[in-house]
Amino acid sequence: MSEAAQKCTPLYDEHVRLGAKIILFGGWLMPVQYTSIVEEHHAVRKNVGIFDISHMGQLIAEGSGARAWLNFMLTNNVDKLQIRQGQYTFLLNEHGGIIDDLIVYRIDDEKFLLVVNASRTGEDFDWLKKHLPGHVELENRSADFGGVAIQGPRIRQLCHALFGKDVDLPTRNHIVDLPFEGTNVSVARTGYTGEDGVEVFFRAKDATKFWNAALEQGTPMGIKSCGLGARDTLRLEMCYPLNGSDLSPERNPIEAGLGFFVDLTKPNFIGRDMLLRTKERGPREKLVPFRMKEKGPPPRPHYAVFENSERIGEVTSGTISPSLNWGVGMAYVSAPHAKIGAQIDIEIRGQKFPATIEKKPLYRK
Amino acid sequence: MNVPEDLLYTETHEWIKREGENIRVGITDHAQSELTDVVYVELPKMDRQANAKEAIAVVESVKAASDIYAPLKGTVVEVNKALEAEPYGQGWIFVLKIDNADDLKQLKDAAGYKNQIG
Repeated sequence: MSEAAQKCTPLYDEHVRLGAKIILFGGWLMPVQYTSIVEEHHAVRKNVGIFDISHMGQLIAEGSGARAWLNFMLTNNVDKLQIRQGQYTFLLNEHGGIIDDLIVYRIDDEKFLLVVNASRTGEDFDWLKKHLPGHVELENRSADFGGVAIQGPRIRQLCHALFGKDVDLPTRNHIVDLPFEGTNVSVARTGYTGEDGVEVFFRAKDATKFWNAALEQGTPMGIKSCGLGARDTLRLEMCYPLNGSDLSPERNPIEAGLGFFVDLTKPNFIGRDMLLRTKERGPREKLVPFRMKEKGPPPRPHYAVFENSERIGEVTSGTISPSLNWGVGMAYVSAPHAKIGAQIDIEIRGQKFPATIEKKPLYRK
Repeated sequence: MNVPEDLLYTETHEWIKREGENIRVGITDHAQSELTDVVYVELPKMDRQANAKEAIAVVESVKAASDIYAPLKGTVVEVNKALEAEPYGQGWIFVLKIDNADDLKQLKDAAGYKNQIG
């Protein structure tokens, strides 16, 4: 990839100053870790951690008919959203394949904010634009905003320190605007870690100010800056999918076990026919979580999965779970084998290691 | 970063301690700090013959698997079983009986390695 294609978030200099290891992720130079993935992971499970999510995309759809149009473009039902409420949903292609997974917030009756994956922002925008009716406006505001996720059991305490003791935090999946040092920031009660937490969006020019205020106010609570490494281990313990690993245009939400976020009672949306067919026939493969039976090497993406001597699938995500101190992962396996409790083998460098198909999530408090 | 003067080094961040016709091999402080969160070490098989720069062991961190290379041509005569239970532990990974002591000249000294890692 050329130098020009490497994008920096407004917090890049802060990451470098904190000594982060930087990697290229979806075209962005992002911190993968500051001190240790394991330490950062535990900070989120026990105290609180802050992640730069400025690379994520923000699209705004507005205009009479925006609601009806998004119900045609997305799998979940935006009619169920009150103003300032959000929902997890999918953007599909005509074959029911996943272009992106995202959160859509209803900002006003006919105004919506879509928070999308960094590496898919351009693709999502082009796909939506291609299907845009005349009376709806779509804007890509990604470059205007920075964002952080602040996650962990001490989040309430930290939010009170940042926004004032009397502030009403949004309830789960809701978004509110809160004043912060002479400006307004949008605070959503969402996350990707399984802990209570918020995602805060602000103008790019306010990013450094907000980041440093959160780190300073969070010091007594044991806050740690956390990189993409911990973000990945935290989400995987909860079996939250990662687009590009567990989701792709070749997979649909039914195969991924995420049919809950698809409203097939809606009369029409892109990909609906294929999803109905998948549902009727049953998916060919299913995404399942698994846990290794013995201590050993960590499972990794693309390792083959076997039952007895038959190859039944492939790992899409895997790691040593820091909370469990044990190897865990997710894999697509052929549907007849996708049963909770089934004994499988993961092939690691030519050697088979036993594992068990588990229920979601892999980690419970 | 600790780079002991009495050891030799490879470009791939192994340290080498000469013990007669054997060499004892581990990974450097620098490599360990780069890897962080080491969770698993796959040791080479005893009596395995390896060429110089052949991958014969694996160190896995939470994020990635990294190959460990035989610094010189030789035969594995000892492996550090303690690492299987405690991969975070410092220390050596394997001992190689080297075919040709002259090969040691191919390795870097402490100054050369320090220069490499900056």
